[in-house]
Amino acid sequence: MKRIRQMKRSTRNSWFTYTLVVAAFAVVQLLRTFQDGGIGAMLEGQLIPICAYVTMAVSLNLVVGISGELSLGHAGFMSLGAFAGSAMAIALQDTVALSPLRLALAMVFGAIVAAVLGFLIGIPVLRLNGDYLAIVTLAFGEIIKSIVTNVYLGVDANGLHFSFLSNSNELADGGAELIRGPMGVMNSQRISTFTAGFILVMIALIVVFNLVNSRSGRAIMAARDNRIAAESVGISVTKYKMMAFVVSAALAGAAGTLYGCSQTTFAATKFDFNTSILILVFVVLGGLGNMWGSVIAATALTILPEALRQFSNYRMLVYAIVLILVMLATNNPTLKQFFSDLFARLGGKRAEKGGAAE
Amino acid sequence: MNVMNFLNYLISGISLGSIYAIIALGYTMVYGIAKMLNFAHGDVIMVGAYICFFVMSGLSSAALPPFAAPILGTLVAMVVCTVLGVVIERLAYKPLRQAPSLAVLITAIGVSYFLQNAAQLLWTSSPKYFTSVVGNAQLTLFDGRLTISAVTLLTIAVCIIIMLALTTFTNKTKMGKAMRACSEDKGAAQLMGIDVNRTISVTFAIGSALAAVAGVLFMSAYPSLTPTTGSMPGIKAFTAAVFGGIGSIPGALLGGLLLGIIETFARAYISTELSTAIVFAVLIVVLLVKPAGLLGKTVREKV
Repeated sequence: MKRIRQMKRSTRNSWFTYTLVVAAFAVVQLLRTFQDGGIGAMLEGQLIPICAYVTMAVSLNLVVGISGELSLGHAGFMSLGAFAGSAMAIALQDTVALSPLRLALAMVFGAIVAAVLGFLIGIPVLRLNGDYLAIVTLAFGEIIKSIVTNVYLGVDANGLHFSFLSNSNELADGGAELIRGPMGVMNSQRISTFTAGFILVMIALIVVFNLVNSRSGRAIMAARDNRIAAESVGISVTKYKMMAFVVSAALAGAAGTLYGCSQTTFAATKFDFNTSILILVFVVLGGLGNMWGSVIAATALTILPEALRQFSNYRMLVYAIVLILVMLATNNPTLKQFFSDLFARLGGKRAEKGGAAE
Repeated sequence: MNVMNFLNYLISGISLGSIYAIIALGYTMVYGIAKMLNFAHGDVIMVGAYICFFVMSGLSSAALPPFAAPILGTLVAMVVCTVLGVVIERLAYKPLRQAPSLAVLITAIGVSYFLQNAAQLLWTSSPKYFTSVVGNAQLTLFDGRLTISAVTLLTIAVCIIIMLALTTFTNKTKMGKAMRACSEDKGAAQLMGIDVNRTISVTFAIGSALAAVAGVLFMSAYPSLTPTTGSMPGIKAFTAAVFGGIGSIPGALLGGLLLGIIETFARAYISTELSTAIVFAVLIVVLLVKPAGLLGKTVREKV
C-alpha cells in the first residue's frame, strides 16, 4: 500500500488502468467458463466490438485529449484497417493456417496501412488548427468512405486484381473477391476472438501510456498547452503532433481489423461520420486525456443501447437524454458544485477536483 | 459539352447552393456569437420539414386560395422551429456557457440524437413524400432547350431575400449591433449593457427559423422525408460555412453557392459516387491555401 502511494501519479494511473482491464477480462472469462449460459448471448456478441471500440477510444484520446486536436474522422482509419486487414486475412487463408497468427499479421497490415494514410493525411491536417482542423478530418473521413465504397479487389493465381468505380476484375478459377465496392467485404473470416481483443486493448494502453509518459509525450502535451511557448523552447510542434496522430491512426487501424474479422460481412458505410462521433463521445464522456475513463465510457456506452433493448423504440431516445444529462451534470458549475459537495459529505473528506466526474 | 446542359447544371447547382447557404447561415451565426458548433442544426431542418408537411396535408382538403396552404405551412414550421431552437438553447446549451467547447459539442450531438429519435417515434421512419410548395410548374426557355423548375427559382429568390434582410438586420438594427458586439467580445459587450443571453437566444431563434425555411425548400426539391433527412445537408452546410469562413455571413453565402455548384458539376461531369469526396477534397485544398476559409478573418496570435 505504501509503495502504491509513493509511485508517481502517472505510473499509478497507468497501473490502475492495466489492472482494471485485466480484472474485467478475468471476470468475463470466468463467467463465460463457469456460469450456466455464459454471460448471455447479448453480451457475448458485444465482446469483440467492445474491445475494438475501447481501442478506438484510447487511440482517439491520444489525439483529442493528449495532443489537443479535435478529430472528427477517426472512423476513417478504422475503415482502412478493417478493409486492409480483412483482405489480408482472406488472402493469407491458404498460406498461414494458424488463425491467431493470421489475425496478428492482418492487424499489423491494417495498422501499417492506416499509419501510412495517417501520415499522408496528417501533413495537410496538422497545418491547420481548431475547428478548421476538425472539419478537415471530417472531410478526410468522408473521402475515405467514398473511395473505399468504390474499390473492387480480387486475388487469384495471377496475383492481385484491382479496379475502381466498376467491377472489371476477371478472376481465374479459384480466385477470391476480397472487396466488392459498395457491398464491402462479403466473406470476411471470423477469426477475431475476445482474447485477441483483450491483447489489442492492452497493447494500445501500453503504447499510449509509454508515449504519454516519455519525453515525446511531454513535448506533445507542451505543444497542446501552449504552442508558441513550446516552439520557443525548441519543440518541433508539427513533428510531435504528427507522432500522436500516426500512432493513433495505427491503433485505430488494428482495431478496425479486429472489428472486420469479427463480422461475416461489412461495408464502408459502417464507418461513417456517426461512428467517428460515437467514438468522440466515448472520449469526452470518459474525460479528455483520461485513458481508464475512455475504457469505461466505451464499454458502458457500447452495452447501454443493447441493455436498453427492453425499452425497444425508446432506447436511442433514452441514450440521447442520458448523454445530455451526463454532459450537463459534469460540466455545469452549479451541478458540479452540488455533486462535489455531495461526495465530500458522503466521503467525509475533502472532495478532489473534478469529483463530479466519478 | 453542351452549353444548355452546362447552364442547366449551373442553375441547379446555384439552387442547391442557395439551400446550403441558408442552412450555413444558422451555423455561422451561432458560431460567430456562441463559439459553438451546433450539430443539432441539421435536425431542426428535418423538424421544420415535418411540421410543414403535416400542416400542408392537413389543409389539403380545405377550400383555400392557392398558395395559402404552403405559406401557412412554412409559417407554422418557422414558428415551431424558432421555439424549438430557443428551448434547446435554454435547456441544453445555456447551462454550459462556461464549459469547454468539446462538452458543448457533445451536448449538441446528444440533442441531435434526441431530435432524430423523437421524430422516429412520433412520425415513424417510413419516408413521407413531400409535395413541392409551388407544384411542378416549370419555366421553359430557348425553345424548350432549357427548363427551370419553379422550385429552383423560388429557392434562389428566397435565398437572395434572406441574405438582404439579414445583412440589413445585422448592420442597421440595435439587435444586430448587439450581435456583432457579442461576436467580437462577449465580456466587453456585457459591460456596455448588452444582454448577452438574450442576444444568443435571438441568434438561435433566427438560425432555427431559417432552418425551417431551408427544410421546406430542400424537401420541395428532394421530396423523400425521413427522420435522418437533415443530417447530410447539415454536414454539407457546415462544410459550406467553414469553406466561406465560419462566423461570416457573406462567407456562408459564398461557401454555400460554391459547394452546391461544385457538387452538381462533380455529379454531372465526373462521377455520382465520388461527388461528395470531390466536394470535400476541394474544401481541403481551399483550407490549405486560406486556413480561415475564403472570407474568414485570420486572427494573429499574440505572444
